[in-house]
Amino acid sequence: MSRDDLIQKLIELASKRFGKPASEMKAGDDFFQTLGIDSYQAMELMTDLEDALDVEIPDYELQGVTTFDKLADVIETRL
Amino acid sequence: MTEHVTQNGVGTSATAAPERTVAGPATPNVVPLSTRLGAWQARLLRTGVAKRATRLVRDLAPFAGALLDGAPRPAVRLDVPPTDFIGRAMRWSLRGDALEVDLCRTPCNEIGTTALAELELLATLVRAGAVGARALIFYSSVDRGFCAGADLRELHEGLLARADEGGLLGRLRTAHEVRGFIDRIHAVFDTFDMAPITTIAATHGFVFGGGFELALTCDVIVADKSTRFAFPELRLGLVPGFGGIPRLRRDVGNAVVRDVLLTGRSISAKRAHEVGLVSQLVGRGKALGVARKVAEQAARFDPETTARAKAFSKPLPRAELAREKDLFLEMIASPVVAAALRKFVESDDVRPYLP
Repeated sequence: MSRDDLIQKLIELASKRFGKPASEMKAGDDFFQTLGIDSYQAMELMTDLEDALDVEIPDYELQGVTTFDKLADVIETRL
Repeated sequence: MTEHVTQNGVGTSATAAPERTVAGPATPNVVPLSTRLGAWQARLLRTGVAKRATRLVRDLAPFAGALLDGAPRPAVRLDVPPTDFIGRAMRWSLRGDALEVDLCRTPCNEIGTTALAELELLATLVRAGAVGARALIFYSSVDRGFCAGADLRELHEGLLARADEGGLLGRLRTAHEVRGFIDRIHAVFDTFDMAPITTIAATHGFVFGGGFELALTCDVIVADKSTRFAFPELRLGLVPGFGGIPRLRRDVGNAVVRDVLLTGRSISAKRAHEVGLVSQLVGRGKALGVARKVAEQAARFDPETTARAKAFSKPLPRAELAREKDLFLEMIASPVVAAALRKFVESDDVRPYLP
């Protein structure tokens, strides 16, 4: 999976979970602000990502990660 | 509806509390003949007032037997909580063969003094036979999850209040109160752990800290796919204090225990299932339904067989539990904990639950 494909996949999963059109989200968007999500919803998104991509994402690696491209950086190391 | 007084508050029972009952043999002699009361009953029986004598002795036995003869008190259930209960942190009712406990306090069933008082009431009911239930199911009707752990805001406020008192007295009172809380929660969790019936945690969302420890007391964890388990205590400068480490060690290998404990990271239900922590992995929103099926199946077996199988396969790690408790109590007084709690309470992080 290329990096662009991965970022697109992350955006699609976030779109599916929170109902915001994927076309309105970009790689550099702060997903907490864009999606207006809280801690519980962030955890739900993380669980979705782990399921869909068959990876484990330790939460401590997500400290400070707020954009889709940074999230892709974390996940790429585990694919 | 009737009110039912708990240690720290008043809950409401949907049905009246059970009447006083006296457990005793069905034969006319309700106390042993060897006792003075028993001999008195036998004399009355011989003189032809059998029915009245039996009633009188049965009524008096629980109160007078021990006083007259120094014998153990008969099994009198004067303080058994109601079968159906609606409290501030939880409610429970008997459904079929299962006693179902709904954790229902927002934001996410944090365990503070209110929840503990109601858990103690539940533990009393379980110790008294769980109203004949063959299974006990814990679940949450709160969206965010099963239970996010100890009530850190309450703990922070308690520590602040004692800090205001200052000096040695304040520190001693803090230590005394925290030990009291921890002793009580251990007593309750040990009761659930050793209950001679099948206990099931039906989980979703956050199962963190004390919530994870509650789930670990259960025989079977049925987790829906949204569940995440974590011990974030190290973030607070603490170790889990409700028996989490020994109970987790009982169920899974050290690689998992140390990973979860020392990184504070959360693991998904899928991962927890893979490592043997979760018994049944189910779709989102399906955990309670599956837990009820587990309870139905458990109820088909002979109760004594179930109790013996459980006692054999799930011994209580008493020594380790005691050591964990001591370690927690040593650490709670640390300034690191006070600072971490203050940071948590004052945080405006959108992810305050995440380690």
